[in-house]
Amino acid sequence: MLTCKQITELVTAYAEGQLGLTDRLRFWMHLGMCSNCKNYVRQLKATAKALGKLPEPQLPPEMRDELMRRFDGWNSRQ
Amino acid sequence: MSPPPQQPPPTSATAAPDERELLSRLRAGDREAFAALVALHGGPLLRLAISFVKTPAIAEEVVQDAWLAALESLGKFEGRASLRTWLFHIVANKARTRVVREGRTVPFSALGSEAGGDEPAVSPERFDRGGMWKEPPGKWSEENPERLAQNTQTRAAIEQAIAALPEAQRAVITLRDIEELEAEEICNLLGVTLSNQRVLLHRARAKVRQALESYLAGAR
Repeated sequence: MLTCKQITELVTAYAEGQLGLTDRLRFWMHLGMCSNCKNYVRQLKATAKALGKLPEPQLPPEMRDELMRRFDGWNSRQ
Repeated sequence: MSPPPQQPPPTSATAAPDERELLSRLRAGDREAFAALVALHGGPLLRLAISFVKTPAIAEEVVQDAWLAALESLGKFEGRASLRTWLFHIVANKARTRVVREGRTVPFSALGSEAGGDEPAVSPERFDRGGMWKEPPGKWSEENPERLAQNTQTRAAIEQAIAALPEAQRAVITLRDIEELEAEEICNLLGVTLSNQRVLLHRARAKVRQALESYLAGAR
């Protein structure tokens, strides 16, 4: 039987499909009985997914201008 | 049964400009094509650089150098990886050179306990002696990923937590969860093993989750 503490260490290995069959079964069995761990696993998944939804950052305009200046330098050497 | 023939991607007025076309224009020295590629990938490249070097000024230099290096080696880009992944490799190499030159840190592959290997995902005080929850995770007032990413306060909590991570954890979570690269690609980029990558990712996710918990469960 896995402990709650062990579950909190195994979530990513589980989510990445890196647990063997026995450990996967033990993981499922624990989650089936433990609503606290179910919460933890759900929250960790929501966290990981939220990161993929963050808006893409933009370059600061002065950096973009500097890049264009460097591009012009490069281009004139071609 | 043979798989159905691949459909060309749908075109629409809002579709991203075709990268192949931009690249061939860039090879011919087209300034607008360069500006378009910088607009597409510049921000994410800077975010990746920041995950390696921390100070924004150095990250900006790394990204400037990386774009120049990309221009110089455009002929070597074969299109086997996506352009962004190829650019990530250049940024990672430039950032690593920079970090090693400054003697500030060791390469990711040499990280031991610093990578968080011995660090628990959840504070041990929250479990009893048998390893069961003593202080279980509270219910969150919001668990929808889109809303967590959009809400100003939860987004700030996420971004602050990521900024506070040790470098290797920050780089892995940025590549895996923000950029959604495959684990193998990340190992390749950072020079870490698959199990290292997983430990770093897990530590990083656990800390970001904790930061959200303080906001979504603790404050209520």
